Amino acid sequence: MGLRKVAVVGAGMTQFVRRAQETPRELVFKAVRAALDSCELSIKDIDAVCLGTAPDTFDGVHMNGEYLSDGAGAFGKPYIRSYVGGGTGVFVPIQGWYHVASGLFDLVLVVAEEKMSSYYPHAQGAFLTIFDHTTERPLKPNLLWIFALEMNRYMSTYGITKEEIAQVSVLHKRNAADHPAALLGDKNITVKDVLDSEVLAWPVQRLDVSPVSDGAVAIILASEHVARRITDKPIWIEGVGWSLDTAYWTNRDLAYPRYVEVAARMAYEMAGIKEPRKEIHIAEPYDPFDYKALHHIEGLQLADRGKAIELYLSGSARRDGNLPICPSGGLLGVGNPIAAAGLMKIAELFWQLRGEADKRQVAGSPQKGIAQAWGDLMQVGTVVIMGK
Amino acid sequence: MVTGNRYRALNSLPESAFHDGKLLYTFDQLNTHYAWDCGVAIGEYLAKLREGIIIGATCSHCHRTMVPPRLFCEYCFRPIKNFIPLQDTGTILTFSLCYVTWDVQRIEIPEIPAVIAIDGASENHGILHKIGEVDPHAVHIGMRVKAVWKTPEERSGDITDILYFRPE
Repeated sequence: MGLRKVAVVGAGMTQFVRRAQETPRELVFKAVRAALDSCELSIKDIDAVCLGTAPDTFDGVHMNGEYLSDGAGAFGKPYIRSYVGGGTGVFVPIQGWYHVASGLFDLVLVVAEEKMSSYYPHAQGAFLTIFDHTTERPLKPNLLWIFALEMNRYMSTYGITKEEIAQVSVLHKRNAADHPAALLGDKNITVKDVLDSEVLAWPVQRLDVSPVSDGAVAIILASEHVARRITDKPIWIEGVGWSLDTAYWTNRDLAYPRYVEVAARMAYEMAGIKEPRKEIHIAEPYDPFDYKALHHIEGLQLADRGKAIELYLSGSARRDGNLPICPSGGLLGVGNPIAAAGLMKIAELFWQLRGEADKRQVAGSPQKGIAQAWGDLMQVGTVVIMGK
Repeated sequence: MVTGNRYRALNSLPESAFHDGKLLYTFDQLNTHYAWDCGVAIGEYLAKLREGIIIGATCSHCHRTMVPPRLFCEYCFRPIKNFIPLQDTGTILTFSLCYVTWDVQRIEIPEIPAVIAIDGASENHGILHKIGEVDPHAVHIGMRVKAVWKTPEERSGDITDILYFRPE
């Protein structure tokens, strides 16, 4: 296709917290500074900047990308902000990838930020306008509804129990206990804790959900010849994919995310992966809710429909299993500052594939990993495949 | 716990700061008044709801009958001219028992949002609405339901002209 190879050469992130005293701009600055420091670059070395942040509503600032730009070191440089809802965190590295793959730039800074705590009293309010203004909003829906409706449909279609799904939350939150930046890591959490937690919108309970969070993550992308000057351990972006389903969400079967499948097939084809279940060694599927991880593993073709739970029940999903899933701790454990949470998964694959994930390091010598995010009215799928 | 140069600590604000009033609190009111056009297809949908009828739209190419109706089929990408009356009965495709408001205040009697496949529309073609006149714990996927309408005098051409769906 005439595309250049693109490597990730550095990554950094802030802690994820419930309420940061830092402004959104300061969050962005901290993550960018950490990413630059990790590969000993200065902002002057950067050719272009891609920034991802989810709705302007969180900050109450119109054209939030422009407001954040100073924290991203973007002035005087080609700069663009992308936004595809919850899918943003895995879309913004794709955007950075084509900035470099196209030959336009050699060094691109990719940063994703979210500060959800400013929206008062609860960040969920920022999503009330996601529903159709004439046919749905008069019913006064809230965001939890769509997750609860999708989860119930998923469980019922395949006969999966709440007890089984709780295993996802338990594994991810336990994994997060080893992440220095995590908000909700818990080594001792049990299935009973999840099942005993407050019912929000049945079948969704408190511990089925990731926490509202503030935080930022940044990575540095480089073309091949520049990457080799910066590091002897570049991690390559080998495949990317993104796809959208129809916004008429009540007209499609919510049991299966076909838009994730389309995005995944695009990425697998680009990466030359024929048998993802053998060739992918680490998966970071998007897990804002525990059932979503299962849903997305199936969309990514890493399990048959309705069978993703078996990876958890058999132990395959653990860090020492055949297919470690969310070794970072995921959104359920590390936290869910929306756009930043997706890019956190990319940073995790970078550290895992370099063997730099410290206590979170998965067993063996993983060669390839996949990260995925999802968003909007259950319709956006974004996928990135990375390899050594 | 935050260590190494790749992670940066943040200054976390405790929830108690809100209760103790240790904040500069600014109230701002955005101007969010809109005069939305409902569009041609949804305009027809609302007009028929006022008459107590749910309508759908049929694509002459793929023969899919969809609800809410629309002026084009997003799959075939062709215009739609046919609006047809559907039944006001259907089947619950999925539902939730929701015990919280959008700002996560508890509610004692759960709201029951559901996606209801409308009889006469294509398979899995539903609308978002609520279920009522039922023991919440008796609601199940596959349950047959029927619309409960406002009286003709009360109807205003709105999705809320259907109060809720109840077991058939």
